[in-house]
Amino acid sequence: MLHTVNKSPYEKNSVDTCLRMAKPGSDVLLIEDAVYAAIAGSKLEDEMRKAGAQLKLYALGPDLKTRGIAEDSLIDGIQVVGYDGFVELAAKNECVQSWL
Amino acid sequence: MANQTKKFLYINRRAPYGTVYALEGLETVLIGAAFEQDVSMAFMDDGVFQLKDHQDSGETGMKNFSPTYRALGDYEVTKLYVERESLEARGLRPEDLMALTYEDEDDDYKEKPSIHIVSSAELADILEIQDVIFNF
Amino acid sequence: MSFEVNGKTYETDEEGYLADLSQWNPEAAEYMAKEDDCDLSEYHWEVINFLREYYEEYQIAPAVRVLTKAIGKKLGKDKGNSKYLYELFPYGPAKQACKYAGLPKPTGCV
Repeated sequence: MLHTVNKSPYEKNSVDTCLRMAKPGSDVLLIEDAVYAAIAGSKLEDEMRKAGAQLKLYALGPDLKTRGIAEDSLIDGIQVVGYDGFVELAAKNECVQSWL
Repeated sequence: MANQTKKFLYINRRAPYGTVYALEGLETVLIGAAFEQDVSMAFMDDGVFQLKDHQDSGETGMKNFSPTYRALGDYEVTKLYVERESLEARGLRPEDLMALTYEDEDDDYKEKPSIHIVSSAELADILEIQDVIFNF
Repeated sequence: MSFEVNGKTYETDEEGYLADLSQWNPEAAEYMAKEDDCDLSEYHWEVINFLREYYEEYQIAPAVRVLTKAIGKKLGKDKGNSKYLYELFPYGPAKQACKYAGLPKPTGCV
């Protein structure tokens, strides 16, 4: 299953809930304001790293760029994908769950 | 309130792009600047992301309004307070923010920084001295 | 709403401001000015070009107060005053010049 989240982790608990509900081995794609969860050195880094050990974490490149977040400032293990990667993830998974 | 300058503070607590609050707040500040009051802005919680440098919205097709913050100095909005604790919680350092400046007319047009990084306690003191506070 | 110059159609809002900033060219500016009975001199163009540069840099059309000050800095004190700018653009320097420059109406203008 592919999980997508689009809310800032500091304003809503959508990222938290998503990581809690995603089964090991699932794909989790951070989009829009949820890409803020990918920045290294934040208070969320530990939680994200723990999640990344069980899940495959992705962040959408265009949304990172829009917000001025450089790829080298991300938590290790989060893979940056473009819109084509988003489509591939959606196609590869039977079901897409959007945490709004 | 005629002839008497009031202290206006605009509090920005939302990230840009995801919602329209940041842009609306910025426009309100620019419009409000015409009233020639003593204007400050505070950036806390996700609002600190508004000032992140290197924003480039070309690929998402959204309007990148971060250059507009650079015009604030022209509008005589020269006091931008950023809460240090909010920055740190989000993995940002002061040098990750745009270098916003203004020209000080009273000091031979010297370029001076507009952004001041302050602690929560200092920001709380700044709140106390305001006449009017707007929230975005 | 729209107008046509040399076979090219320009979409505008109900007040005559270009809907799509990237469509702008000097021909469109000349046309819009003519509609207001205004012949664009080199002095008009100084202001129009200044506004386009300002928008390029800051992504906003400046308020008239800010425009006046910035023009004064760039083009000299004799031009950085509202009398000079109102003589060029009697409908309001920010509003009228922004229209010819293809910019949106200045933030805060009604």
